[in-house]
Amino acid sequence: MSDPNLESPEAARARRGRNIALALGLGLFVVLVFVVTLVRLGANVAQRPF
Amino acid sequence: MAMSPAVPRAMPARWQDYLQLMKPRVMSLVIFTAITGMICANAPINPILGAVAVLCIAVGAGASASLNMWFDADIDAKMRRTRGRPVPAGRVQSADALALGVVLSMFSVMLLGMTVNWLAAGLLAFTIFFYAVVYTMWLKRSTPQNIVIGGLAGALPPVIGWAAATGSVPLNAWLLCAIIFMWTPAHFWALSLYTSEDYAKAGVPMMPVTAGPASTRKQILIYSILFVPFCLAPVLTGLGGAPYLAVSALGGAVFLILAWRVFKSRSGEAPDERQDDGLYDVKAGSKDARNLFAFSILYLTLLFATLLAEHLLGVAPMGAVL
Repeated sequence: MSDPNLESPEAARARRGRNIALALGLGLFVVLVFVVTLVRLGANVAQRPF
Repeated sequence: MAMSPAVPRAMPARWQDYLQLMKPRVMSLVIFTAITGMICANAPINPILGAVAVLCIAVGAGASASLNMWFDADIDAKMRRTRGRPVPAGRVQSADALALGVVLSMFSVMLLGMTVNWLAAGLLAFTIFFYAVVYTMWLKRSTPQNIVIGGLAGALPPVIGWAAATGSVPLNAWLLCAIIFMWTPAHFWALSLYTSEDYAKAGVPMMPVTAGPASTRKQILIYSILFVPFCLAPVLTGLGGAPYLAVSALGGAVFLILAWRVFKSRSGEAPDERQDDGLYDVKAGSKDARNLFAFSILYLTLLFATLLAEHLLGVAPMGAVL
């Protein structure tokens, strides 16, 4: 008899797809914050008096 | 020791199901109108910040759609057009749709406020609240004026785009909002004339269900007559040029002819016996309503695309009178 707690291959594929999408979303968010920080602060940093 | 019978485990949702919760087709329309508002503002905005603003507006729209699907799962399950959505179809848990909507709402509003400006973020927050709470939770189930008032949520993205570019919302921004707002009743009632059985089954008081098809056809004509002048108005406020005048006038004339045909037709009178979920395959009696519904989408798209093209190409407006 098969173990009811075992995940079916289809379910595993769906979970893997979700995890990859989430990882890409988080990665995109990190890049977004980094780029926006450069845009918002970049000009001011370049013009600061030393 | 006896083993307990195997309980079938629920199939986990695929990432595409979560994307479907955000109504990607509506999101694409929101992106289009928001970009139009942003470009029509004629204000220099950093392209990266402009892209972030559009992303936030799109994600905000997706968040409110997810909240809508969470709350409306019971009525979505009763309608042919919506029964395949992720929550009523059992592919996504109701609580997950709620969580996605809340998290993305906060994410989009906060990011827009911190990176662009708080006026745009405030307008986005208001839009999400208006769609998810005022329209979905209150108006939709309580009054046949649901889509008239609720249409404001769909009309605000160009205003948010304009606010993101300039930090202000002048008359012309509100004019873009008014065009979509006045377009909504004729567009949705034309659709609901030939899908009213579904709405009746789900207990949603759409106009054809509560007031009947004849009254709905009359109101479609009245709203169409009120709508077309709003489409022409940008020519008088320094927003639209000669190409826009041509598109809005010609398209407006066709819109009025189609609305008149709906008024004179018997659209919505006989029961709709469609078996599929398509929005365009209707039986002969409702073809006039179907034609108006289809043309309304084309007309609004043309209006905004013309304004967008004029401002990108630097076509001079006709000159402000108002």
